[in-house]
Amino acid sequence: MSALVTSTERLQRLLALVPYVMSRKVVGLAETAEAFGISERQLVDDLNLLWCVELRAPDPYCPIDLSYEGGEIVVSQAESMGRPLRLAVDEASALLVALRMLAEVPGLEDRSALSRLIAKLEAAAGEAAAVSAQVAVQVDAPDGDGADGVAARIRAALSAGHRVHLSYYVPGRDEATERDVDPMRLLVVEGRTYLEGWCRRAEGVRLFRLDRVLALTVLDAAASPPAGAAHVDVDQGLFRPSPDDVHVELELSAEGRWVAEYYPCESVTDLPDGRLRAVLRTPDTGWIRRLALRLGEEGRVVSPPALVAEVRDAATAALANYVVLSAVHAACLRELFPRRPPCRLGFQGRVRRQRGRT
Amino acid sequence: MSKRKTERLLGLVVCLLSTRRYLTADQIRAAVPGYPEQDDLFKRMFERDKEDLRDLGVPLETGLNHPFDDDPGYRIRQQAYELPELRLEADEAAVLGLAARVWQRAELAGAAAGALLKLRAAGIDAGDEHAALQDIEPRLGTPEPAFGPLWEAVRDRRPVTFSYRAAGRSEPQQRELEPWGVVNRHGRWYVAGWDRGRAAPRVFRLGRIAGTVKFCGPAGSVTVPDGADVRELVRDWDSAPAREQTAVLRVRSGAGVGLRRHAVSVRPADQAGRDLVTTTFGDVGQFADYIASFGPDAVVLDPPDLREAVIARLKGVLA
Repeated sequence: MSALVTSTERLQRLLALVPYVMSRKVVGLAETAEAFGISERQLVDDLNLLWCVELRAPDPYCPIDLSYEGGEIVVSQAESMGRPLRLAVDEASALLVALRMLAEVPGLEDRSALSRLIAKLEAAAGEAAAVSAQVAVQVDAPDGDGADGVAARIRAALSAGHRVHLSYYVPGRDEATERDVDPMRLLVVEGRTYLEGWCRRAEGVRLFRLDRVLALTVLDAAASPPAGAAHVDVDQGLFRPSPDDVHVELELSAEGRWVAEYYPCESVTDLPDGRLRAVLRTPDTGWIRRLALRLGEEGRVVSPPALVAEVRDAATAALANYVVLSAVHAACLRELFPRRPPCRLGFQGRVRRQRGRT
Repeated sequence: MSKRKTERLLGLVVCLLSTRRYLTADQIRAAVPGYPEQDDLFKRMFERDKEDLRDLGVPLETGLNHPFDDDPGYRIRQQAYELPELRLEADEAAVLGLAARVWQRAELAGAAAGALLKLRAAGIDAGDEHAALQDIEPRLGTPEPAFGPLWEAVRDRRPVTFSYRAAGRSEPQQRELEPWGVVNRHGRWYVAGWDRGRAAPRVFRLGRIAGTVKFCGPAGSVTVPDGADVRELVRDWDSAPAREQTAVLRVRSGAGVGLRRHAVSVRPADQAGRDLVTTTFGDVGQFADYIASFGPDAVVLDPPDLREAVIARLKGVLA
């Protein structure tokens, strides 16, 4: 018996064990031990303990009678312990919150089963179900949730075992890519929906965020991910750095701290004045260049030096556009927007930003 | 863990379940083996046992059999104890199996497993192996350490206090909150409630809570106002403004895919290798961030305030 199991945890198991057996009439030791996640030895200990319970007053008697001869458990008498204890608030909430989250998952076609189950559990849990209404989970539904939505078509391709063709946007490179993918699963992680599949272009298992799918076609070809294609372990986090990744060091102002909340960082160090130093690892620095450009003075790349230079070059080239523009296109603009004055050159006071109000 | 304690607690439950009358502490001591002889030791142990049973969710009732009785008695009403009758169709059981996987290693994983065990004990087998739902894997994580205490605070209606670093602020501030609910949006947890210091409803992101969350009042002392919709509060806090303004951009051909995705129109510009992209946006600052991220590939032609915001961003990079 694990030393980590407390007396009350074991009591919980014992209270469930009696009705588990009774609702099945006869059940095997091995099967029961597996259902409760314990060894057969532990199970036999539990059964002996139940059998030994005695009450001494007013007259001594043993309320529970059971046997497990030949590996088959039978409970012949259990008094008032024949039904499991009702669901606690945490238990009812855990299931109901999960079910209501599933109700938001795009492409899940079992809506009717879902709402029937929610109603049954709410009724069974009674008062314990009330608090669960104070926990809500919202899942992004990229292009609506209709039968012709991307998620629904992916689930259809999954159940039919078909390959799909994706036109997929890679923001880090600002690129639309075309690829054939053998779908493996639909993942809903961290509030977003992903297609997990064998990408025939990359020859590897890849995740595709559904809100970045530009177009999807279900192909006639059968999906055939190679036998060795392993599922992503979603409980380990979706983005795991590889040893070949580039180390990038960023320095963020108080306004730029959100970066460390949004992207998985290897380390985050507080600096004076609410500033932060964040280190992250990435196989592709394109998105960091784009991030640094959008951050302006709220954050800058400290290393590697090549990336620092790349960001400066991009900003310089972008600014040059505006200088040229003002000279060449002022007239053209007047033509485009006759009622508006032409753009002025330069920067007139910083525009206050709205991000994060609390 | 102690086997003797488990035996005693089990005896106590069975004893109180099988009585219709309230049993006094002395009657219980006589019936349930394992309690000590000395009165003070018994009293202390019995108090702890009652506490343990209530923590498990066992509905222990206190009452008098007769108005003139001196000592209160105890019993467990069968109807209050039992999980009501519940039958699931095969497709419902399949969905239950899927729901049980959602929390996996997160805060309420133990509670979900406990619930599933009770349902199994009621004769229900969650359809783990249901083929149709094997290809979908939903997960809910709780990486924020503040989730546990805030869930308890919401569940038990207790006010809390914590140190919070608001966006853009360099120093965290102490806040006192009557929590109404927790919401997960875009994979992040938020708590919404009544901010006592600001005397107004407020939303906080759990990831920005620094240090520990402490209870600052008794259970049951928070009232969630009728009609308070925590989901809506969080949505209002976090949502992008409506895209009501129009911008004209000059975008390098083949680039700015993200900008073109939501464009109203794309036509060739008078300059070779460039397109004029007309698109809508909500907030100038946020859209300027986004355009700046395209570097030299996208240039704002109109409106002027957007254009200046982008220039400011780019100058900031070189500052």
